[in-house]
Amino acid sequence: MQPFTVVTGLVAALDRANVDTDAIIPKQYLKSIKRTGFGPFLFDDWRYLDPGDLDIDPATRRANPDFVLNQPRYRGASILLARENFGCGSSREHAVWALADYGFRAVIAPGFADIFFNNSFKNGFLPIVLAPDEVDALFREAGAADYRLTLDLPAQTVTTPSGRVLRFDIDPFRKDCLVRGLDEIGLTLQQADAIRAYEARRRAEAPWLFA
Amino acid sequence: MAGRSSGRTPGGRTLYDKLWDAHVVADMGEGAALLYIDRHLVHEVTSPQAFDGLRLNGRKPWRLAANLAVADHNVPTTRRDSGIADPTSRAQVDALDSNCAEFGITEFRMSDPRQGIVHVIGPEQGATLPGMTVVCGDSHTSTHGAFGALAFGIGTSEVEHALATQTLVQKKARNMRVTVRGAVGPGITAKDIVLAVIGRIGTAGGTGCAIEFAGEAIAALSMEGRMTVCNMAIEAGARAGLIAVDATTVDYVKGRPFAPSGADWERAVAAWNELHSDADARFDREVEVDAASIKPQVTWGTSPEMVAPVDGRVPDPAAEADAVKRQGLERALTYMGLRPNMPIDEIAIDKVFIGSCTNSRIEDLRAAAGVVAGKRIAANVKLAMVVPGSGLVKRQAEQEGLDRVFRAAGFEWREPGCSMCLGMNADRLSPGERCASTSNRNFEGRQGQGGRTHLVSPAMAAAAAIAGRFVDVRSV
Repeated sequence: MQPFTVVTGLVAALDRANVDTDAIIPKQYLKSIKRTGFGPFLFDDWRYLDPGDLDIDPATRRANPDFVLNQPRYRGASILLARENFGCGSSREHAVWALADYGFRAVIAPGFADIFFNNSFKNGFLPIVLAPDEVDALFREAGAADYRLTLDLPAQTVTTPSGRVLRFDIDPFRKDCLVRGLDEIGLTLQQADAIRAYEARRRAEAPWLFA
Repeated sequence: MAGRSSGRTPGGRTLYDKLWDAHVVADMGEGAALLYIDRHLVHEVTSPQAFDGLRLNGRKPWRLAANLAVADHNVPTTRRDSGIADPTSRAQVDALDSNCAEFGITEFRMSDPRQGIVHVIGPEQGATLPGMTVVCGDSHTSTHGAFGALAFGIGTSEVEHALATQTLVQKKARNMRVTVRGAVGPGITAKDIVLAVIGRIGTAGGTGCAIEFAGEAIAALSMEGRMTVCNMAIEAGARAGLIAVDATTVDYVKGRPFAPSGADWERAVAAWNELHSDADARFDREVEVDAASIKPQVTWGTSPEMVAPVDGRVPDPAAEADAVKRQGLERALTYMGLRPNMPIDEIAIDKVFIGSCTNSRIEDLRAAAGVVAGKRIAANVKLAMVVPGSGLVKRQAEQEGLDRVFRAAGFEWREPGCSMCLGMNADRLSPGERCASTSNRNFEGRQGQGGRTHLVSPAMAAAAAIAGRFVDVRSV
């Protein structure tokens, strides 16, 4: 997994609450059996005026000029600014894969849906929760040209162009995995003896679970 | 710090606390633990990348018998003898077949009479049991919490983790209880209860929580109704919904193929009878709902919290003071093609979908058939379809003659699968089409790009099919 330490990047502001994972990556792209290549289909129904599918070249489609990510000023954005309950709905990890494949490294919002939040950490992708008034302030500032933030995961800070520093919380285990780019399955398998011991005890008290 | 002692929640425990404590393999501090997973359900959409990960790293499933696989999202609901026409859908189902064969995982293939929606077949087979941890790469895994099981949806990385280690690293959720007091009125179903709850607490109302549903109205529900309620816990933001075990639960499980029998059955039932919150358990948040006040519900917007009683009206964005919320309302009404203050029962529909992991079980089909018996779908309804949740539900419905009732009324009677809940197969809405749907999500584009979804109960969907618009099922 790609480690996450310090990222400075252009901010794209998506001013909508309850952005669901169907909107982030629509169903037809879930038929892909790969983890990559979803970036061109990120926010597909909002981003294009005509319908798309896996076998349609996105370059041949009509971009929606009114959608924020299509504005030239946001080209190359790596930090997404969003509203409450971002990533609600389906468990599809494709939503995180699409954001990452597009070039985003992080999303800042006042709140995230649990499964999306969880999926993010498995992909070197950082969901940052800030207080609603802090997010409001960032939305106001992000109207400025070339608005960039610096995200420092080891220090747990977001720094604005004016030098204002916002702190964010993160679970220490998740932070460690992200900073070091660790393979969580490999880590868990180091506890194989504990898993076997649990199974042995559980099998004795609830054998029907192991039928 | 491995072992149960390190994980036991002090004091009176909630059902969630008990399930959590019983599955802690290792305490990881900061409220996190390595949790043991008893049952892993697998479907074709969220698993191929996980199997690839196993292959890349030379890993094997930890405990094969814990897994049960089925293809449901991509399968056609029309005739299947010639296979799947869409090559990308076919490739995904083929990948599940070959992955399960390669790794030795039990799979109900498309031709198997037991095939169906993963959240229907788990309970139907007794593969979902009280006291289990149940996971699946699907957010509606919350369904299985109806059995007093800790069940939650996971992403593909966690699917791989569960396959490889039989565990997941989880952070403990907060305890929330929704108590539905008293009895619901005639014609009010589990779907109306859960939509009313979501309308009350919002789609982020349960974020970070496990919601236990309690109260007389919940206890009075059948297992099918309880599954409908827990299914939509995720639509309230909660990864897990829970309902205490009682005689209804035990009666449902008894005799199912994967359920224990003989001496194991007696031991299991004794253990399951402990699966309820202690009287002195503490909840972080409590919500009470008066069952008698719940009317038939219809969503009017693009989020399940955008819901109103059938005798209500579409809201007026002008009355909303908060700017972000107002824009959200305006956007939703534009997308849905509705006018502010429009009565819900003046909304005419184009299609009707009865199915999905929320409402495709036998009781749902009986309720809908009861409404349409002897009637015909309205002239403006272009398509009304019933998609049973599994091959076994379909067979039972046919034995009861429900298929003939639906067909006589003008419905199509289909093969089991997820179908038009999300339209990964050929069943979907065209742009602008309006659908009365018994599914769980009314997001933009969910049932097809530009499609307009109204979530309702099976009886309300059936009544809308006959009237061609939403009507109060209690008056038909």
